[in-house]
Amino acid sequence: MSYTKEQIANLVDGKLDWETTFRMLSMPKDQGRFAKYLAALQARVNYADKIVLPLSLHMNIVQRAGDKRWVIKCDCGHEFCDHNENWKLHAAIYVRDTEEAMTDVYPKLMAPDTQWQVYREYYCPKCGTMHDVEAPTPWYPVIHDFEPDIEAFYRDWVNLPVPERA
Amino acid sequence: MNMQDKNFAGMATNYGDLLGNGLTLKQFRDGIIERTEATGHYNGLEKLAFRDSDPIGYEKLFSKLRGGLVHARETAKKIAASPIVEQEGELCFTLYNAVGDCVLTSTGIIIHVGTMGAAIKYMIENNWEGNPGINPGDMFTNNDCAIGNVHPCDIATIVPIFWEGKLIGWVGGVTHVIDTGAVTPGSMSTGQVQRFGDGYMITCRKTGVNDTPLRDWLHESQRSVRTPKYWILDERTRIAGCHMIRDLVEEVIRADGLEAYEKFAYEVIEEGRRGLISRIKAMTLPGKYRKVSFVDVPYKHPDVQVSSAFAKLDSIMHSPCEMTIRGDGSWKLDFEGASRWGWHTFNAHQVAFTSGIWVMMCQTLVPTQRINDGAYLATDFHLPKGAWCNPDDRRTGHAYAWHFLVSGWAALWRGLGQAYFSRGYLEEVNAGNANTSNWLQGGGINQEGEIHAVNSFEASSCGTGACAVKDGLNHAAAIWNPEGDMGDIEIWEMAEPLLYLGRNVKANSGGYGKYRGGCGFETLRMVWNAQDWTMFFMGNGFMNSDWGMMGGYPSATGYRFEAHKTGLKERIAIGDSLPLGADLDPTHPDYERHIDATAHVKRDKQCITTEDCYENHDLYLNYLRGGPGFGDPLDREPKAIEDDLNQKFLLPDYAGKVYGAIFTIDAKGVFTVDAAKTQARRAEIRNERVARAVPTREWMKEERQRILDKHASVQVRHMFATSFGLSEKFKSDFKSFWDLPVDWDLREEELGVPSYGSKHRMDLSLLPDVHTVVQVEE
Repeated sequence: MSYTKEQIANLVDGKLDWETTFRMLSMPKDQGRFAKYLAALQARVNYADKIVLPLSLHMNIVQRAGDKRWVIKCDCGHEFCDHNENWKLHAAIYVRDTEEAMTDVYPKLMAPDTQWQVYREYYCPKCGTMHDVEAPTPWYPVIHDFEPDIEAFYRDWVNLPVPERA
Repeated sequence: MNMQDKNFAGMATNYGDLLGNGLTLKQFRDGIIERTEATGHYNGLEKLAFRDSDPIGYEKLFSKLRGGLVHARETAKKIAASPIVEQEGELCFTLYNAVGDCVLTSTGIIIHVGTMGAAIKYMIENNWEGNPGINPGDMFTNNDCAIGNVHPCDIATIVPIFWEGKLIGWVGGVTHVIDTGAVTPGSMSTGQVQRFGDGYMITCRKTGVNDTPLRDWLHESQRSVRTPKYWILDERTRIAGCHMIRDLVEEVIRADGLEAYEKFAYEVIEEGRRGLISRIKAMTLPGKYRKVSFVDVPYKHPDVQVSSAFAKLDSIMHSPCEMTIRGDGSWKLDFEGASRWGWHTFNAHQVAFTSGIWVMMCQTLVPTQRINDGAYLATDFHLPKGAWCNPDDRRTGHAYAWHFLVSGWAALWRGLGQAYFSRGYLEEVNAGNANTSNWLQGGGINQEGEIHAVNSFEASSCGTGACAVKDGLNHAAAIWNPEGDMGDIEIWEMAEPLLYLGRNVKANSGGYGKYRGGCGFETLRMVWNAQDWTMFFMGNGFMNSDWGMMGGYPSATGYRFEAHKTGLKERIAIGDSLPLGADLDPTHPDYERHIDATAHVKRDKQCITTEDCYENHDLYLNYLRGGPGFGDPLDREPKAIEDDLNQKFLLPDYAGKVYGAIFTIDAKGVFTVDAAKTQARRAEIRNERVARAVPTREWMKEERQRILDKHASVQVRHMFATSFGLSEKFKSDFKSFWDLPVDWDLREEELGVPSYGSKHRMDLSLLPDVHTVVQVEE
């Protein structure tokens, strides 16, 4: 099973026809997906750095063009931190920890009680994109929720050369 | 003189000769475990000789058996009268080999791929072979949650399969019954806080001989529950299905030979093990994924009336999950840091995890027909002993284990979703699952004048999580039943003395996002023609059990609405207005305008209650939750917002506040979103976000001070204290993250709430002559 670059680009944009999407769901996975996915994402960002691994809708681990360091970068160009750090610690945060802040986004009674649970919204400090919403109890550590083994993935799983890393 | 058979002497006459190979069942099982551990391959099967030498014959055998299992389920469920089984499909049949390892399972609630296997293993480890003996035509019944069942309402019938006098396997059938005779009615009730109120509990009891249920069992079991007619027809469903499958196995052996069948029954498990690893490698990405989820246990409220003072506290269940996908495609699911079990019915046996998790995985990672114990063998589970998901006390209640299983697994969706997203399989991403509640339960005398219990399975159709390329499905599914179906109103009205005054999509219940979570739905029920009737609520209210993904919001939490002394009888008689349809906007409630001003209304977030009295014409809102969202809501297409507004999936206030939509509404009430103005407004919102936010590390200084001051509600501190009590690692990581002083600590005894169970506990394994089966790293 294989898909065209255009089909993968449409998937990224949420514009792929349902028939093809359904085939993707029901048939064995196309091993060439990752490379086409990277190409589609690369065409959609305005920076020259090479995307190493997508992390979120508007956030990637990239190989910085100047020095080959792997860093976590927002689509707007803002760099959060090194690729193996918790980017949330370098974000801007807004915590919904009052009833007033919760009812700003949910009807009455349909949001958590902030004595039990709060919402932590993590924004890019430059462009204001909301990259994540955590819903923990008060006191909960900021979770470092993903530490990919990029080398093993490239080398052993998708048979691609591992991008150089400074 | 008074012995019936001098050869019996407390030991079955076929003891040690069941298998025909000179080994007892336990010796045979021990050998399989040893060979598996020594080689890393199930039963030492480094090569699949049958599959490789005769792949077509192997596949034919697979198709015959799997098809037969599904056919048996579809046929047998027609025997049941309970809508839970007949409408919702809450049943499953599973074929096991002689040692209780799952060969294949039917469709349905395949959480039971391993629960009945756990019961078989318990029988093996505790010498059922010697006493009471295992013979052709026997039937065993089990629903014991201390040895692997999920909750007591899942009743399993287990039938041994013999060929020419030798045991070659087992077949199990399970149905979710409507009542188990617990302290309060309904299959998953809340009124009890221990096993001793959890309902009729049966431990692998021999309940049938020569294919005939024993009369003592029939008499005892039917009077032990509130709904004997449903109970007996459920049992006949299970027996019929088991016997159909036993006949099928005999037919297969006659056609293909015993040798082929026995090879298949072991090779297919090793194939399942390899299959999971290959799926992980094909779809995910190696690394560590850390996710967490919670659910509220609000027992302090006066509407939670339990018999034990030590259960009257608010607490939180905590499920941190570290999912490690290794370079070789194997994986580990580690729940270190989970909170302790509690005095409620939301505890889960370890097998509810090791077996149950596949009902979720078959909807994402392994959507194949080949779910069997191979998947379990390819997974390392770490479930700390004493946690809510692996209790170390034989008193724990389990009736509503799903209260937190659905929440605990929501974290796994996000972990897998991250992997799929990073790899580019966007079509597979699912932000999570709804908290599959509310559960409308209760009982009394129904419209037929009979003692009755109800558990509305409308929860079988909650909203699903958003995908990375599309919205979640509205009112469509439940994680625990891949065949989600809300059931027909007409059927529920026959089964329950509760008329429908509305059944509508629940606005704003799906989590906001570029792609929103699927909306749940709500039904307004009016008690009608019942006597001495009770009902209660069960679901999440103060907390959400799911999170959104990548900027998407969690779904809405639950709330309850009930109304008594409504005056509806008189309003109907005089043709006055009635509360009909949705509770569209709980900020501006409308139902109250159509019932007597003096009605007693409860409208709050207390979504766990116990049996309360309901008169005819009282009201109960059954609100089924939505799914979580994906992506920043400011990325949502204006047209999608417009559609949501026009279908009443989204209230106008939130189209503006959350999505930044600028819209108009015409005289006919049709909404139109202005894309250009919306784009401009969204730019402003992004600036507003940056303006109101602070750097995370600055905020952390304030939060650290709150921790040093121990400033948090009791339930939050209680959750951390129970997790700290079970895991030094979790406590150490917590203190390290917040840079707390070495002597900082938090213990249950300082909280001023009952802490029974914090120090003194007794595991089932400490009972004399009991050998429990441990299937996880503890």
